[in-house]
Amino acid sequence: MYAFDYHRPTTLKQAGNLAAKNAEAKLLAGGHTLLPTMKQRLASPPALIDLSGVAELSGIALKGRNLVIGAMTTHAEVAGSDLVKAALPGLAVLAGGIGDPHVRHRGTIGGSVANNDPSADYPAGLLALGATIVTTKRRIPASEFFTSLFSTALEEGEIITRIIVPTGAKFAYQKFRNPASRYAMVGVAVAKKGARVAVAVTGAGADGVFRWAEAEAALARRFTPKSLDGVALPDPKGLNGDIHASAEYRSHLIGVMARRAVLAASGK
Amino acid sequence: MPRVSMRVNGAQVSASVEPRTLLVQFLREHQRLTGTHVGCDTSQCGACVVHVNGKAIKSCTTLALSCEGAEVTTIEGLAAGHDLHPMQAAFRAHHGLQCGFCTPGMIMAAIDMVNRLGPDLSEETIRHELEGNICRCTGYHNIVKAIRAGAAAMGGMPLAAE
Ligand SMILES: Cc1cc2nc3c(=O)[nH]c(=O)nc-3n(C[C@H](O)[C@H](O)[C@H](O)COP(=O)(O)OP(=O)(O)OC[C@H]3O[C@@H](n4cnc5c(N)ncnc54)[C@H](O)[C@@H]3O)c2cc1C
Ligand code: FES
Ligand code: FES
Repeated sequence: MYAFDYHRPTTLKQAGNLAAKNAEAKLLAGGHTLLPTMKQRLASPPALIDLSGVAELSGIALKGRNLVIGAMTTHAEVAGSDLVKAALPGLAVLAGGIGDPHVRHRGTIGGSVANNDPSADYPAGLLALGATIVTTKRRIPASEFFTSLFSTALEEGEIITRIIVPTGAKFAYQKFRNPASRYAMVGVAVAKKGARVAVAVTGAGADGVFRWAEAEAALARRFTPKSLDGVALPDPKGLNGDIHASAEYRSHLIGVMARRAVLAASGK
Repeated sequence: MPRVSMRVNGAQVSASVEPRTLLVQFLREHQRLTGTHVGCDTSQCGACVVHVNGKAIKSCTTLALSCEGAEVTTIEGLAAGHDLHPMQAAFRAHHGLQCGFCTPGMIMAAIDMVNRLGPDLSEETIRHELEGNICRCTGYHNIVKAIRAGAAAMGGMPLAAE
């Protein structure tokens, strides 16, 4: 790791000012993506702004029909939260399946979302649920937030403060893990609320997380795994192939994981 | 250089560190607590697991400065004098190690498991929960046995040094 300057603000205001003043600085959340990247010298920010001292960025609340999750809330906190387990159990399961117990004690929802790793779990879940990413500047719907591999709508100096997740959907996320990295080889999130059905896929898209429209249309007619029989799988041409799985295999897995997610979302 | 202060195994410590100092470096090189190991340095193996504010974390992927004011427990903080912590004793009794390199992280992870899930752990739970800890020697069987026994032995006793 190259040397850097270090700031540890204790309020969001201080953090915002530091970010505005240091255009090249990086925000540090749980550090479970950023620090490994810096060790490999794939990133060498001149300064880090550590958000771990900003208490107002952590915590989970139910406001009306929405779960409001602070950006610095760890995966373990979401997985273990009674509020999340009652309002949106599938989201607790998603968070509890990220990495391993030690990773979940440090990694945060804000860091995961900002990083938009094409194999990360939260992007699929939040896209399917129609979540809103709130920053120091604006509110961004998940559908506009995740733009491409490791890229988001975030601008320089913009800090994610919280994520607003509507409750009330039948929701489940099913992931086929890469057994070595524990990231998703393919992960599929399915949400159904009234007439709205969303199917979001992670781990597979050459352009990152995406929605699978054909499956959504079929499931909107009848919300059962059988509805997916005969639905054309996403074209492998738009999917990743690597040493872990070919694009064709990933395409096949999307169908399998989507069926499992529908079953789980139906409480079966 | 910025200063960092924390409690390590119950003792207040403080040092000037470069910002890029990892918690594991701070423990090993500044505090000379070399029981915490670095197996991979890429956040995979869990040899570096310590407890920060009562939770198991990978100290190779945490800055020392992020732990300002924290309560840190390492493998050195478990035994009471010559009396091993029950989880340490169980690893010895069940031959839960060969070379021993992964052992400090395994034991810290195992105690964290009991803290979160209670002393009655099934084999399946233990294997699942050990996803973040890699052992290149044992094949895990004896580690799992040791954790089951250590967890049961911890049942009812106050959790040491935390
Ligand atoms: C061994 C291992 C296994 C893992 N397995 C999985 C897995 O199975 N599934 C999965 O989804 N992830 C996995 N991860 C990634 C993990 O979830 C990370 O914690 C997460 O991707 C990044 O969160 P962080 O809090 O650590 O962020 P950091 O690493 O601190 O930051 C990541 C990026 O986000 C930016 N950022 C952080 N917070 C904010 C904010 N509030 N506003 C704006 N920008 C911000 C940072 O500047 C940085 O660019 C794994 C990681 C490890 C080490
Ligand atoms: S040394 Fe920290 S996880 Fe391997
Ligand atoms: S005992 Fe050698 S690595 Fe586990």
